[in-house]
Amino acid sequence: MGKTLFDKIWDAHVVRSIPGGLGVFYIDRHLIHEVTSPQAFDELEARQLSLHNPAQIVATADHNVPTRNQHLPIQDQLSRFQVDKLTSNCEKYGVELFGLGHPNQGIVHVIGPELGITQPGMTIVCGDSHTSTHGAFGAIAFGIGTSQVAQVMATQCLLLSRPRKMRISVEGELRKGVTAKDLILYVIAKLGTGGATGYFVEYAGSAIRSLSMEGRMTVCNMSIEMGARGGMIAPDETTYTYLKGRPHAPQGKLWEQALAYWRTLYTEEGAEFDAEFHFDAADMAPMITYGTNPGMGIAINSTIPASVPANEAVSFEKSLQYMGFAPGESLLGKEVNFVFIGSCTNSRIEDLRQVAAYVKGKQKASHVEAIIVPGSKQVELQAREEGLDKLLAEAGFELREPGCSACLAMNEDKIPAGAYCVSTSNRNFEGRQGPGSRTLLASPLVAAITAVEGKIVDITQYLN
Amino acid sequence: MEKFEIIRTGAVPLPIENIDTDQIIPARFLKATSREGFGENLFRDWRYSSSGEPKRDFVLNNSRYKGQVLLAGKNFGCGSSREHAAWAIYDAGFRVVISSYFADIFRGNALNNGLLPLQVTDEVLQRLFALVEADPQTEFVINLPEQELYLPASGERIPFAIDPYKKECLIKGYDDIDFLVSQKEAITAYESTRAWIY
Repeated sequence: MGKTLFDKIWDAHVVRSIPGGLGVFYIDRHLIHEVTSPQAFDELEARQLSLHNPAQIVATADHNVPTRNQHLPIQDQLSRFQVDKLTSNCEKYGVELFGLGHPNQGIVHVIGPELGITQPGMTIVCGDSHTSTHGAFGAIAFGIGTSQVAQVMATQCLLLSRPRKMRISVEGELRKGVTAKDLILYVIAKLGTGGATGYFVEYAGSAIRSLSMEGRMTVCNMSIEMGARGGMIAPDETTYTYLKGRPHAPQGKLWEQALAYWRTLYTEEGAEFDAEFHFDAADMAPMITYGTNPGMGIAINSTIPASVPANEAVSFEKSLQYMGFAPGESLLGKEVNFVFIGSCTNSRIEDLRQVAAYVKGKQKASHVEAIIVPGSKQVELQAREEGLDKLLAEAGFELREPGCSACLAMNEDKIPAGAYCVSTSNRNFEGRQGPGSRTLLASPLVAAITAVEGKIVDITQYLN
Repeated sequence: MEKFEIIRTGAVPLPIENIDTDQIIPARFLKATSREGFGENLFRDWRYSSSGEPKRDFVLNNSRYKGQVLLAGKNFGCGSSREHAAWAIYDAGFRVVISSYFADIFRGNALNNGLLPLQVTDEVLQRLFALVEADPQTEFVINLPEQELYLPASGERIPFAIDPYKKECLIKGYDDIDFLVSQKEAITAYESTRAWIY
């Protein structure tokens, strides 16, 4: 029986198995940020443990940073304290930090790939559930809790049970206006918000292969939104082209050596999965969510389900009540006041280019506040170099400085109670973007068109 | 970590599916740099109005329901990996969450903090909700060594599964980090066999 991509990488990282099913599992790269690391550093301190190897850790400040005036001291006292704590911990323990103002600062899942820290065949963890993003490079990458952050700091290992394996194959070509974001929202709507719990997902098929690295990251990023431990895509020429020459990518002879290894990372013929799903790219349409979990998505020009199975009725009703929508209703024509383009799902240069290309020469609707938060300082600089900042500004969009921002609204970027926000982020949970906020998840293209029209529209009518 | 053996207690029912960690503890309360004190903001936006008044219709504000068991709808703890969710539940006095399934990261976080994620079937879960609704005083006995949920009122005994290593950790109050640090030799040996690159 052939091996899967997942098996190959997993097996190469088992230090030893222990009776009962758990194993000591080795972690190659550990990404940390200000919100889920302070208690882990405290734990090391309390137990008088040192870092196993600081060189395998990279830190950045992203979750809790302002997206305006980053050169000034952080206004919010608690936030400032948390960011300062990360700085002092990194200094004390010798961890490389891309803090505020550093040219490499940004959302942890944007900078890892961008700097070439993320590579095929690696195991990567971070105290953040969207660590699954890095799986786009053919790595096993997943989010962990703070106790596990401390474990990896102290030993570079975790105690894990082997997840089950799922393959999701998408064949064919995506239609015009249908992006990687729509693809994954479609898959999550089909499987449900807990549909992949306990599984590690491999995405395969011609539609996946034809995605750019940015698109693949968007897909893998949202694996957790159907409960999956992580998602991954076998590396190929697209992956190698993206990685070559990046600061942390192997160089020269090491690159050749790495490449030879990476080319062995694929799922073999006849390898078995515990679950398999097949989708046709041609069935997918521009998507939007109407409820309070990412599985509650529909094609933008269709309608909210009129009913659900009896056992789901209470949660469904609660969700629609929160959103102010009715069963069976269409979202077309609903007025929107906020558009947020950003987050580890969709804040990369390709996303900004797509938005800028659409809004060029247009104007956002006057009642809409449209903000764009780049995923990293590098993305921000590149956008400015390409003149995207001017196009966006002329269209009335505000380009901010990098961070997680209104995706989770830890900083001051909050959507007011009751207001609708079309957001390129990953979660539409109650209050996620601020207490009482109502989030509709969508692609950057849908977000851009919504900002210009000021309401939800059938975007297929707006593409020339 | 505190030791866990047998707990005899009441249950607080929350029959909502897909309760995500943003509901358990909203992100704006994650600015603290210690593990303590999250309990007061557990289910903050379901529990209090925007002006801080307790919402009367929310179960944590209903004095009829008391106990160390949180009884919740399926797919509990989905979403963010924030361990603050497990800390908040524990800090609010719960030692067990019963659901018909748990999101993976939450399950791990709970176990690492002495909070038992006890998984039952959908059918059992619905029955437990009905029992507590009929009688808020319904007593639950969670016997971890025997891996059994016992309901004294009906005499019913419901077995549950748990990884044997994790069970021992809970009973003895051990953390994974103790075990992993004891494996340093094997880890270093593994590293010496590692390829050239990472």
